Formats: sequence, structure tokens, C-alpha cells
Amino acid sequence: MGFLDALPLTVMDWLRGLLGQGLPAWGVELVVGLIKVVLILVVAILPVIVLTWLERKVLARGQDRFGPNLAGPYGLVVAFADAIKILTKEDIIPQAADRQVFRFAPALVLIPTLLVFTVVPMGRGMIAADLNVGILFAVAIGSLAVIAIIAATWSSGNKYSLLSMFRSVAQLVSYELPMAFSVLTVVLVSGGLSTVRIVEAQVIPFALVMPIAAVTYFLASLAEANRSPFDLLLGESEIVAGHNLEYSGMRFAMFYIGEYAHIFVIGALTTTLFLGGYQGPILPGYMWFLIKTMAVVYVVLWIRCTWPRMRIDQLLDFSWKLLVPLNLANLMLVALVFKLAGTGLLGSLLSLVVNVGLLVAVGTFLVRRARSSTSRRTRALVLGEV
Amino acid sequence: MAFISEPRSLDTETVTINLGPHHPSTHGIFRLLATLDGETVVDVQPKMGYLHRGIEKIMEQRTYIQSIPLVDRLDYVCPLTNEHAFCHAVEKLAGLQVPERAEYIRVIMAELTRIMSHMLAVGFLWNELGATFTPMIYAYRQREFIFDIFEMATGARMFTNYMRPGGVAVDLPEGWMDLAVKVTDNLERFFDEFETLTAENEIFLARTIDIGVLPADLAINCSLSGPVLRASGVPYDVRVAEPYSVYDRFQWEVPTRPHGDTYDRYLQYLAEMRQSLSIVRQAMAALPDGPVMDEKARRLRPPKGEAYARIESPKGDLGFFIVSEGGAEPYRCRVRSTAQINLTALRQMVIGHTLQDLVVIFGSLNCTVADIDR
Amino acid sequence: MSHQATLDTLLTRFPEAGIERQEGLDFTIVLPSSLIVDACRTLRDDLGFDFLSNLTAVDRPDAFEVVYHLYSLSNPAPPLALKVRLADKADPRLASVTSVWEGANLQEREVYDLFGIVFEGHPKLERILLWEGFPGHPLRKDFINRIYSFEEMRATLPPETER
Repeated sequence: MGFLDALPLTVMDWLRGLLGQGLPAWGVELVVGLIKVVLILVVAILPVIVLTWLERKVLARGQDRFGPNLAGPYGLVVAFADAIKILTKEDIIPQAADRQVFRFAPALVLIPTLLVFTVVPMGRGMIAADLNVGILFAVAIGSLAVIAIIAATWSSGNKYSLLSMFRSVAQLVSYELPMAFSVLTVVLVSGGLSTVRIVEAQVIPFALVMPIAAVTYFLASLAEANRSPFDLLLGESEIVAGHNLEYSGMRFAMFYIGEYAHIFVIGALTTTLFLGGYQGPILPGYMWFLIKTMAVVYVVLWIRCTWPRMRIDQLLDFSWKLLVPLNLANLMLVALVFKLAGTGLLGSLLSLVVNVGLLVAVGTFLVRRARSSTSRRTRALVLGEV
Repeated sequence: MAFISEPRSLDTETVTINLGPHHPSTHGIFRLLATLDGETVVDVQPKMGYLHRGIEKIMEQRTYIQSIPLVDRLDYVCPLTNEHAFCHAVEKLAGLQVPERAEYIRVIMAELTRIMSHMLAVGFLWNELGATFTPMIYAYRQREFIFDIFEMATGARMFTNYMRPGGVAVDLPEGWMDLAVKVTDNLERFFDEFETLTAENEIFLARTIDIGVLPADLAINCSLSGPVLRASGVPYDVRVAEPYSVYDRFQWEVPTRPHGDTYDRYLQYLAEMRQSLSIVRQAMAALPDGPVMDEKARRLRPPKGEAYARIESPKGDLGFFIVSEGGAEPYRCRVRSTAQINLTALRQMVIGHTLQDLVVIFGSLNCTVADIDR
Repeated sequence: MSHQATLDTLLTRFPEAGIERQEGLDFTIVLPSSLIVDACRTLRDDLGFDFLSNLTAVDRPDAFEVVYHLYSLSNPAPPLALKVRLADKADPRLASVTSVWEGANLQEREVYDLFGIVFEGHPKLERILLWEGFPGHPLRKDFINRIYSFEEMRATLPPETER
């Protein structure tokens, strides 16, 4: 472990020693815990500032325009300008709203997202709480976000929001399952639920060992974070930003922050589960974590500027008819491979082969079925006949 | 045992929602009163009139030339074809002869307007599908170049006020042709780029194929026209069926699509843009010299009578029915608004589809609210 | 088929009705109001005029004229104009042609709205561009074209629940 790699830990140890001179042991733990809390808040909120800028910049580049370029160098200050604008907006509560719930819902949005960060290892030994059920905790907490959305939509007393709620519940129920399956695959191979253990198990990043699970996890988390192309809940063109339609001012900003923090969570968890977490050559662990996370975040933004939105029934079909069976099969096959060949290089290689084989088999099946299909849509989608 | 009660059918209620008057997908002030069963549309009623400016009434108090700026504002996406239709009707009524050069200029302008309007149609359709502006901005970028050459010839980007009964207001300025050639060359590349970028996107295919199918007989019975009608497999184009201006001198074809769904309408717009570009090129190559205005048209008092004339505007048949009592103003001027009449079949097209499809189908009809309401 | 032949067919089909041709730029056939639906059905089914392009009205001093412009998609030709004169200006009524061409639906509503001509048999004859309760019919010549104040117009709006 290099000096730079261990720098944050060294600082922490030094702080512990310093505090230990004047405080009892429980006092030290309390202060250190508080410092960790603050750090997690910073780690969760700081990317929001960067992401507001980055999303606009990426979208603008995808669309042949400059994006923000006047507020500060390269428009970097745009997030602060945004914050000032949003803070000075009037806070409107519609008459039809359920006032208490309406006020409370935005506060709920951020909590699950922030909690997930406690189990994300951001560098070697840099984890707030290395729970032995870490990833289970992350998945469970992650699906809590929908509670905030239901509260917000229901209390708004708006029909668009109501539609948004139907969609978000259907979406969450459908995409928890493939997400759980893909995580389960990882857990099986790494042999533990602890996030640190999962990262340490990735001598070869799991994205290369089991690409199906990796892609599924990424797509499912897009659906859970309501990002394009699964942003049905927002649906600007039909239900006019659904759940946050009636919100304004700082309450709206909470949803805004929640959304960006959630993107960062997608990046962090995908990195942890499939991209080898903080592991990497030369650079310190936390740098690798940041680089990988930002790469995933970039893909999320890139997808947003490229793809249109899916339709609700297609979205559910995609999950139940493709992702769930595919991942179930993948789970069984990968488990079998690792049982027979061990978790070494051979097992990894075989797992990759099995994954590719599974994809080819499913592809062949789909093509064969499309050939005999009379549906123009199926034929166009699978065979490219238009 | 009474622990398990009799199975009851789930009672569901329909929800009535207003899409509009202010709604991102109606591109203007327009209301769709939709009744939904869950996500499925069971009924939809278009409610219009929020943008009614009484243009037909105002035209009764304006001279013919004073009416041209009003006509521009009918369908602000394609002002030059509106002017063309209006001038065409007045010329039929007054018996004016349009000089050759002016006819060619009109054709060039009208076809560029068609390209421009179709660009917005395809661009905005993607917005309705939920793509975050990207294809729309590509289309907007190219539209600006067309605006540049409009501005050079007419002095205005959008509300051009360029055509007159009997010709066009002014001749093309020096250097216009060079710029126009540059822009049209650019367009070809844009079409290829846009088509490869969008037409085979999987989500796009899934969202548009078999959505909002419009059978040909229904389309005809509902008086639908333009690309919407042709995408249902009816090869009917006013430029061919009832040739006006100099359209009979160009080599081009009327593209059609067989299925009449949203995807076909999308491809129809793309195909028509290419044909329009071909017409523009031919017209620019054959542009003759000469005057651009019929001298008789300077003091315009059409004789008593009535005339209905229509052209193929980007949205479809755009007709003007003008009744003259011999004065300097029309006694009655009726605008056959394409956008409004194209909405006739909307209800049949959307029923049974989802709310998300409703906005897409509405978008694929390419209606401008200003034209619906006049 | 030329428009003259169309007129001849209509004359033989409806001999006593008083169908006549009106001179003008477009080929115009004047029909009595009682005949409009039958004549239109004949035109669509037997004479191939499947496309109703335009339907509008003109407020003449002595009568309302309702004008239809028809095309045949299979037989390119200039428009055929049908004209119906409604002499009773106090209560203009005419049978709706929506049963023949669905495309007349919105156009008849508009004529009803702006001229006050009632189309009997129309599936849903409501005002289309203006609101229920708007005073008068703007495209009539007796409509006074002046500036109406906001308060004055707001008083004519229907109650909020019915908008």
C-alpha cells in the first residue's frame, strides 16, 4: 500500500491518536463517527454540484452546442447560480395538496441515497461501515427511494403525478428483481455480502467475468434512478415531470439533488460490484474509484442525450420477459461454472464463455422466433426489416 | 367457510386529464381532453381556439397585400407556403400572370420551407418520444441555415412577407445563389446523418411501429392530406394532381409509405425532404432571368367572383377560398387549415393506445396550433 | 369524368330539384338545401368525389351560402364547388354531411361557431374556436368588429367547471 493510497487512513489514525489523548475511547469513536458522517455528506453532495454542470456540458456536446460557458471558467459556477435561483423561488403548496406529506416528501428523497454511501468502499479501507451484509443493505435501502416518490406524487393532488406514481411503482417492482439476481450472481462468486469482500474478490473485474449481470445491473439501476431511457416517471412530454410537477423552490431542489446523488450512487455501486472498485495500478485506490464512478456516470448522461423514452408496457416486458429469465439462467450457469472450475482464472474465463454462449443462444432464439412472427414491430426490432 | 369472500371484479375508474392548454407536447396553446383507463386512452377530444386571432375576419378589412403578413402568421412554421397559397388564390381570382422568374423563386422558397417544416416535424417527434432535445437541436441547427438564405432574400427570418399576388416583392439579391448552393449542399449531408442517426434506433422502432395506424380509407374520408395521407399509401400530392406554379417542369416522385403508422409518417417526412431538395436544385439550375412581378398587380382590385385554390403546403392541402365583390378587400376569405382538418381522425387513431403514444401520434400529425386556430 | 358530366348525372338523378350551374372561376353547382346529403352521397359513391377539401360559408346580404369544395383523388381535376343558399337568415339550418365525409366534422363545427348555421345531424355540434356563450357569430357581416374589453368578455364565459 503506497503512501498516497493510505494517506486518508493515516490522517484518520493521527486524528484518532490526537483525540485519544483527551477523550475516552467512546468519545473518540463518537467524534470519528461524526467526521465520517460529514465526509459522506460531502462525498454525496459534492458530485451533485459537479454533475449539474457535467450533465449540461455532456448534453450540450451531444447536441452540438456549447452548454454553460459564461458563469465562471467553462461555466463551472453554473451550479451555484442554479442554487441561488432555486433558493429565491417562491415555495408554492397547491390547495389540493396533502400539506404535511407534501412538505415531508422532499426530505425523504435524499435519505436512502445518502445511506447507500455508508457501505461503498471508496478506497482501500475507506468505508464508513463495513457491514457484513453490505450489499444487501445497499439494495434494500436503494429501493426505499420510491417511498419518497409515492409520498410526493400522492400528496401533490395532481392527476399527472398520480400517473407518475402508477408508473414508478410498476417500474420499481419490475426492476428490483433483475437487479437482485445480478447482485446475487456477484455475491455467489465473491462468497460474501460485504462490499469490501466483493471488491477484493475482483482480481478480474466482474464486468468481464459476467457481462450479462453487469449490464443488467446497470440497466436496472437506471430504471431505479428513473434515468433515461427509463424516465417514465418524469415523462416531460406526457406527464410533465410527474412526481415533482407541483414542487417549486427548495423543495424542488431536493428532488434535483436526489436525482444527481442517485446517479452518483449508480456509478459507485456499479464500480463496486462490477468494475473492481478501488483496485487499479499506479494511482491510489480512491482515485481509481472516482475515475471508474465518473466513467459510469458519463455513460448515464450519454444515454440521456441519445435515447428516447421507452413505453411503460415495453419497459415492464423488457424486465419480466427478458432480463429476469436471462439473469436466472445466468445465475445458475455461473454458479455451476464456479463450483466446477473454482474461482480462479479458469473459472472466470469459463464464466465469460458461458455468458457469451447464453447471449448467443438467447439471440438465436429471438431471431428464430421473430422470423416466424407476423408482428411488424418484432421483425423490425430483431431482424431490422422496416 | 366464509374466510374467502366471493371473487369480485376489480372496480376501476377512468381518469380524465387535460393535456394542455399549457403542455410541452402541444407546441402552443391547445388542449387534448383525454380519458384514461390506467395508461390506456379510451377517449380524446381536441379542444381548440385558445390561439384564435380571427384572421379571416381581419382579412375582410385589409387589402390583399396587407393580408400577406397575416397569412404568414397562420402557420408560423412555414410562412412562405402560406403566402404562396394565398397569392395563388388571389391570382386565380384576379387573372394575374406570374412572371417565369418569380414562379421559380416561389418554388425554391416553398420547397425550402417544406424542408424546414418537415425538419421540425421529425425533430419534435423525438422530443415527444422523450429524447432530450438532441435530434430536435440537430434539426434546428440546419433550419437556421435555411433561415439565413430566407433572411438574405426577404429581409426576415420567419415572417417573410415576400410573395405578392402577381410575383414576389423583390428579386433575389446578389450572392444569394452562392449561399443557397452552399446551404443545399449541406442539407444532403444532414439528411443522411439524421436518417442513419435516428431511423433505426431500437427504442424508436418499438415506440412508433404500429402506433396510431391510419387506414387509407379513413384518411380520405376524414379529408386528411399531405404527408399524413401519403404515409397511409395514397399517392396524392396537389403538386402532381393539380399542378400549379411550375411544378410540372421538374423531375421528382411522390413518395408514399404503405402502413400509415407513426413510423411510416416519420419516414415519409424524411423522404419528402429529399424530394424537395431535388426540386430546389432543379429550380435553382433552371432559374430564368426576367421581371419578378406582374405589372397589372400593382393596383389590385380583383373582379367580382369567387375562387378556391390550394397548394401542397408542408402539412397538406392549404386552400384559400376568396370571395371578391370587386373591392380592394376580399368580401370573404376562408383558410382551409390543414392542421385543423388533419385532427379529424385523431380520435380514431389514438383510442386503445397509451398516454405516451397519444402525444407521439399527435406529434406525428405535425400540427401547428396557430394554424388550427387561425 | 368532366364536371359537366357530373352536373348532368345529378340533373338526371334529381330532376325536379332545381339544380343549376353558377357561372364563375370554379365549376359551381347550386343545390337546394333539402338535397344536400343525398346529392353528396351520390357524388361520393357514384361519381368518385371522395375528398371533401373545404367546407365554409359566406354571409351574403340576402342569404347564407354554404360552399363545399370537392375533389376526386383518383381523377385529378379542378375543384367542384357545391353551393347551398340558406335564405332564412334568422334561423339558418342545413343537414350535416358528416355521414358522407367525416372530414366535414370540424369544418361544420367551425361554420356553426363563426356563422351560426346549425347543421342538423352533426354528431357533436359545439362551438369550436370560441367558447359557449360568446355573443354573436364573428364572421357574419352584422358582427361589430370592435375592441371588446376583458371584463365584458369574461362575463360571457361558462362556469369554470364546464370549460
